[in-house]
Amino acid sequence: MQTDIAIIGAGPAGLGAAAELGRIGAGHVTVIEREQVPGGVPRHCGHSPFGMREFHRIMGGKTYAARLTAAAEAGGATIMCNTTVTALADGPELQLTGPEGTFTLSARAVLIATGTREASRVQRMIGGQKPGGVIPTGALQGLVHLNKQVPFRRPVILGTELVSFSALLTCRQAGIKPVAMIEQGPHVIARSPAALLPRVLGVPIHLNTNIAAIHGRERVTGVTLTGAQGGRELECDGVLLTGAFRSEAALLAASGGVIDTASTGPVVDSFGRISMPGYFAAGNLLRPVETAGASWAEGKRAAHAIHAFLRDELPDRSLNQTLTIASDTIRYALPQHIAPSGPGRHQQILLRVTRPVKGELRLSQNGQIISRRRVNAMPERRITLDLPEQPGTGAFVLSLEEAA
Amino acid sequence: MAGYDVAIVGAGIVGCALARRFAIDGARVVLLEKAHDVLDGASKGNSAILHTGFDAPANSLELDCIKAGYAEYVEIHRRMNLPLDRCGALVLAWNDEQVAALPGLMAQARENGVEDIQPMDRASLLRAEPQLAHRVRAGFRVPREALIDPWSAAHAYLYQAVQHGAELRCRAALTAADRLGERWRLDTTAGAVEAGLVINAAGLWGDHVERILTGESWFQIRPRKGQFVVYDKPAAALARHILLPVPSKITKGVVVCRTVFGNLIVGPTAEEQDSREVASLDSQTMRDLQKTGETILPALAGHEVTAAYAGLRPATEEKGYRIRADLSRGLVTVGGIRSTGLSAALGIARHVADLVGLRAGEAQHWPHMPMLAQEAQRDFLQPGNGGIACHCELVTRREIEAAMSAPAPANSLAGLKRRTRVTMGRCQGFGCTAELSRMTEGRFTQPMTRGDPDAD
Repeated sequence: MQTDIAIIGAGPAGLGAAAELGRIGAGHVTVIEREQVPGGVPRHCGHSPFGMREFHRIMGGKTYAARLTAAAEAGGATIMCNTTVTALADGPELQLTGPEGTFTLSARAVLIATGTREASRVQRMIGGQKPGGVIPTGALQGLVHLNKQVPFRRPVILGTELVSFSALLTCRQAGIKPVAMIEQGPHVIARSPAALLPRVLGVPIHLNTNIAAIHGRERVTGVTLTGAQGGRELECDGVLLTGAFRSEAALLAASGGVIDTASTGPVVDSFGRISMPGYFAAGNLLRPVETAGASWAEGKRAAHAIHAFLRDELPDRSLNQTLTIASDTIRYALPQHIAPSGPGRHQQILLRVTRPVKGELRLSQNGQIISRRRVNAMPERRITLDLPEQPGTGAFVLSLEEAA
Repeated sequence: MAGYDVAIVGAGIVGCALARRFAIDGARVVLLEKAHDVLDGASKGNSAILHTGFDAPANSLELDCIKAGYAEYVEIHRRMNLPLDRCGALVLAWNDEQVAALPGLMAQARENGVEDIQPMDRASLLRAEPQLAHRVRAGFRVPREALIDPWSAAHAYLYQAVQHGAELRCRAALTAADRLGERWRLDTTAGAVEAGLVINAAGLWGDHVERILTGESWFQIRPRKGQFVVYDKPAAALARHILLPVPSKITKGVVVCRTVFGNLIVGPTAEEQDSREVASLDSQTMRDLQKTGETILPALAGHEVTAAYAGLRPATEEKGYRIRADLSRGLVTVGGIRSTGLSAALGIARHVADLVGLRAGEAQHWPHMPMLAQEAQRDFLQPGNGGIACHCELVTRREIEAAMSAPAPANSLAGLKRRTRVTMGRCQGFGCTAELSRMTEGRFTQPMTRGDPDAD
């Protein structure tokens, strides 16, 4: 099979790109989706608000996913569900598999928008037994919102990111009463007012605490806490692992794409170009995790970069400058390579910090500060720094000067 | 009450192999398992290696069973569509003491009939295994050590047993036993059965079952825990062989090896404990295993861990297998089968059938197992597969359906995992839990969820 532009993943980023590519007439778009229904993660989020940025109204996740799908289809995109990409090859050419077996799809350009997933219990090094009832938020939302099933009644929730509070709402809707929220760090990660929610719902938050071990053979019977709540056993019938997102970059890694171990996503330049020619990346694959709206906007931006690429209007990659991070406090920053101006360019550097920090963020080139801003930052929160329109030559250095 | 020739207590790898052997040989067999599904005890967590027996105790029953088990697996694996990756093993010495131990180990291997071992110096080791840490000193290669699927092998034995008329009863814990003349009456939590011969293959509960049967036990289970970490698929490219350490007096040590599923595992630990129920992972131990792995394969440092597991080996107060037949009492005990159980199971079954005096039968049916090896022609490549439900492990809806309508269908998520690998990949169920729960609703004896959210 053949198409002009193949998009892997029918979530907000992929569908946003498809709609925009259709609107600007960039060529025929084929979106490949492994689930049976397009829409991505919002499809199984029961809560609002979605859609403010995209459709200027507030809607639930399911409605929003349907609107994104309709917009992509209105632009002329073909969406192939129940189809999985198993390998990326030069060409670009995709190896696919569906209910009828394997086939290949060649394209002039490919956008990878495979999104994100939450870290598993082992990636968080939680010990103990392996009973049923230890699940990530993604699984909970699917069970409750798609199936009308409940995996547990009295779980503990690990994590206090935005998604953790979304999980709390899902629990409330399903009549699940969490016994506690556990946060490893000294602060709740998500911004208020979400952080007020547990108090409203009567769920205690234990800060500076971690789960050392999970107990139970068939079902969870309890957890052992460490840290501030040290050595304490807490009875519960499930463990909800929220947040600690990482990029769903396995396909890319298996196909030889270059991964940034800090961001867990692909190394990209200002146009979202990855190390493999003809391949672009957008959305939560780049930097777990942002809102659906941010992913959608990024897909839309990528559409313009791809359109320019197909018309041979992107600056040559040899003009890219490397971005070097000169601070242990900066966990990752992207794009990792900065290109000159052009259509669909990232206009900002996006970064995350490793710990709460106050100070000034500085971007320098040849020893000159070319962009700066004051920050009062927390881990997992989005931080941006403007990029100059026309960068000169020489590597970029990103640093963070802490306030005394 | 149902009457049988043989009742086998415990559906682990050994129980399944016994059921196969006895059913093929013409006996009416019932297999009793206390858990929701088979392989729920010691057999659920091991290193998935088919051993040659090169390092087994010389002139032991264990060695005989390993060699017979290895030979029969090689003979039957193609007919049942079971994987066999003859990658070979390297025994590696890292210091003077270990280098000095190599000649003795090689002599033992030859004495055990594993004559094709090859001594290797540092340079040839690094050629054979380029990612190995350069401080490796010397070693030897055991070409016939192989990787298999530890679960599809056991399921294949079980399915073949069922095809030959054997009956499996799950959630059937033995509660009482009476000897009535020439026959046994066994009470279980899933009803009573009557059988002429009882085979105790209860693994971690072997001594406990022995006491129910006879009022006493001649051996004592002392569970030994082994923790493993499982690396994500890209790490499998770092090792071609099974990488074995020179064993110390206390332990065989930590192994690094690929799995047929395309992962890389590091483990096991060897930790004595009292509980035969709880196999806990410890976060510090998992980190230590990662460090150990990195000292052997330094490039592992950049790789992600996907999962971890802990298994309990049913060790006893003695090192050898505890196999004994008391035919006057209609009882065979198969106890103390530790980490070599996977390799030896078919050999143990043949040995027990010989003890009982059963004439070897000819199998009439051969189950064709779903092939789950990474390099094989997996179902997702074939038409009509229904699409993929578990994306990390590329498990199709057709494979899931097949596992739920097999001769011994999956009764729990754990059972379905072992039959198909669902949720065993890097996302650990983030993507597929909801769909699996839908597909299995009303079909597991141990459901994935707690029912309707509105009900309470």
